[in-house]
Amino acid sequence: MFNSDLLRREAIQGYLFILPWFIGFLVFTAGPLTAALGFSFTDWNGVSAMEFIGFENYIQLSQDSRFWQSLKVTLVFTFFFLILNIIIGFALALVMNQPVRGMRLFRTIYYLPAVLSGVAVAVLWAILFHREFGALNWLLGFVGIKRIGWLVSESWALPSIIIMELWRVGSTIIIFLAGLQGIPPELYEAAEVDGANRRWRLWSITIPLMSPSIFFVLIVGFINAMQVFTQAYIMTRGGPNYATFFYSMNLYQTTFRELRLGYASAQAGVLFVIIFLITLGIIWVSRYRVNYELV
Amino acid sequence: MAASTKTKVQDSFWSRRKRLRLQNHLLTYLVLVPGALLFLYPLLWMLSTSLKPKHQIFTYPIEWIPDTWMWSNYGEVFNQVPFWTYTVNTAVITVIGVVGTLFGSSLAAYGFARFRFPGRDALFLLMLSTMMVPIWVTLIPSFLMFRWFGWLNSYLPILVPAFFAQPFYTFLLRQFFMTVPVDLEDAARIDGANRLQIFLNVMLPLSRPALATAAIFAFFFYWNEFLLPLIYIQDQNKFPISVGISSFISEYRSDFALMMAASGMALAPPILVFFFAQRYFIQGFVISGVKG
Repeated sequence: MFNSDLLRREAIQGYLFILPWFIGFLVFTAGPLTAALGFSFTDWNGVSAMEFIGFENYIQLSQDSRFWQSLKVTLVFTFFFLILNIIIGFALALVMNQPVRGMRLFRTIYYLPAVLSGVAVAVLWAILFHREFGALNWLLGFVGIKRIGWLVSESWALPSIIIMELWRVGSTIIIFLAGLQGIPPELYEAAEVDGANRRWRLWSITIPLMSPSIFFVLIVGFINAMQVFTQAYIMTRGGPNYATFFYSMNLYQTTFRELRLGYASAQAGVLFVIIFLITLGIIWVSRYRVNYELV
Repeated sequence: MAASTKTKVQDSFWSRRKRLRLQNHLLTYLVLVPGALLFLYPLLWMLSTSLKPKHQIFTYPIEWIPDTWMWSNYGEVFNQVPFWTYTVNTAVITVIGVVGTLFGSSLAAYGFARFRFPGRDALFLLMLSTMMVPIWVTLIPSFLMFRWFGWLNSYLPILVPAFFAQPFYTFLLRQFFMTVPVDLEDAARIDGANRLQIFLNVMLPLSRPALATAAIFAFFFYWNEFLLPLIYIQDQNKFPISVGISSFISEYRSDFALMMAASGMALAPPILVFFFAQRYFIQGFVISGVKG
């Protein structure tokens, strides 16, 4: 039949267009993922014979205090970073949504750090955080705050990395501003006529209608925050005393310093499961909490 | 008499509104101006430190303006390490990475946006869900595979996967392709063009803004990429800037001026691209964040 021929042709062409992606998926994602699962049941250094040891790696993992420390550091970082990033991003987006003169310049300044990342930024902040000659302690000196050890202090090292990451809040501001500008102004006018005050309008209009944007920032931010590596690798090497020993630092050390490939694969697998479950959890909660109507 | 009271009431009403608005603007500036200075502060500090002579770096309180402007600090970076080689290497990785990303991702995006085939939505969901796979999970098997290919100490492990469609960019481009009216393609189809020709000659030219957006995101990604070159590249003369600086700081840890000069040069291209292409950068977040 002519019609089904046409449909079949369309399907074949469609498959051809996505074929490069599918090959890449098999070779660079699905294949390695399966292999990693297999490795996680072995003891192997990449050179000598691979030894199958069943769940031994996972059992060892549950008793490995370095592993638990790295998980704790990563979760604490992710939690505080996400919350602060959303609150600060939201507040700044609200302020930047005002029609005042010079806003274009302000937006440019606030967005700029969002495009800067990696080693150079880590070096820049490491010097900024310097206890004796850093510009941060100098600035805080004006409001009477005594010198903080930042990266060399066990209690301040992790907050330092959170502060540095919050410098890049610009991308969150962009997403929230776009969301704010998508809210129909009639809603606010109607609320005003009904006598709703500012706080009430924020809670009953702005935040519910912004929930898809908040949800997006939360998911993307979560997946990225769980894999933070460069900052700790450059600035603290995981220290002092494992205070910034992120999950990825532990993985790097287990893989490339200790060459325990089986054990590292088990760790990586656990990370994947954690990310997967928490992401599904966020999506599940969002079904009840995120308002996609009216958007 | 009555009329004048009315205007008076109205006047005070309007002036109250005006006052409120003025108050609002003042508050906005009160937040934004100090905030903007705070956001620029690290970059100003970088610039100032990179231009200082040695004796001024370790002074407290901080002296922001150098006695003598040490532009030579920047030149010194090139004397101490092969910084020019690093820059060329980074540029090569970035250009090929961006081209590869656009190639693979736009093909897949077009497939997902414009064709009906069994399993399309499931495959699309599968692709999106691979964004949840941490790079660390696939790292060891990929490393072994690339070693087996003989690709260690080359850019192939970093660049080849780019040509096979990255989920984020595919999603971004698909969202854009779906907003392009189908009529434009139908016209070309009636003229006898096949789907690949339509994709190349109709869709891609119409999608320049979206392609620019994807290109900019990919530019930032490959320019800053650190973990993969750290793992795969051993020769110093193949290092990109990121790995170059990372090895440089362990040697020159106390030379803040050189470290800041090197970092400044690494950050300058992204800053320039941002200033020239800010519109596309913002567009990317809007497409992925709001329409997603």
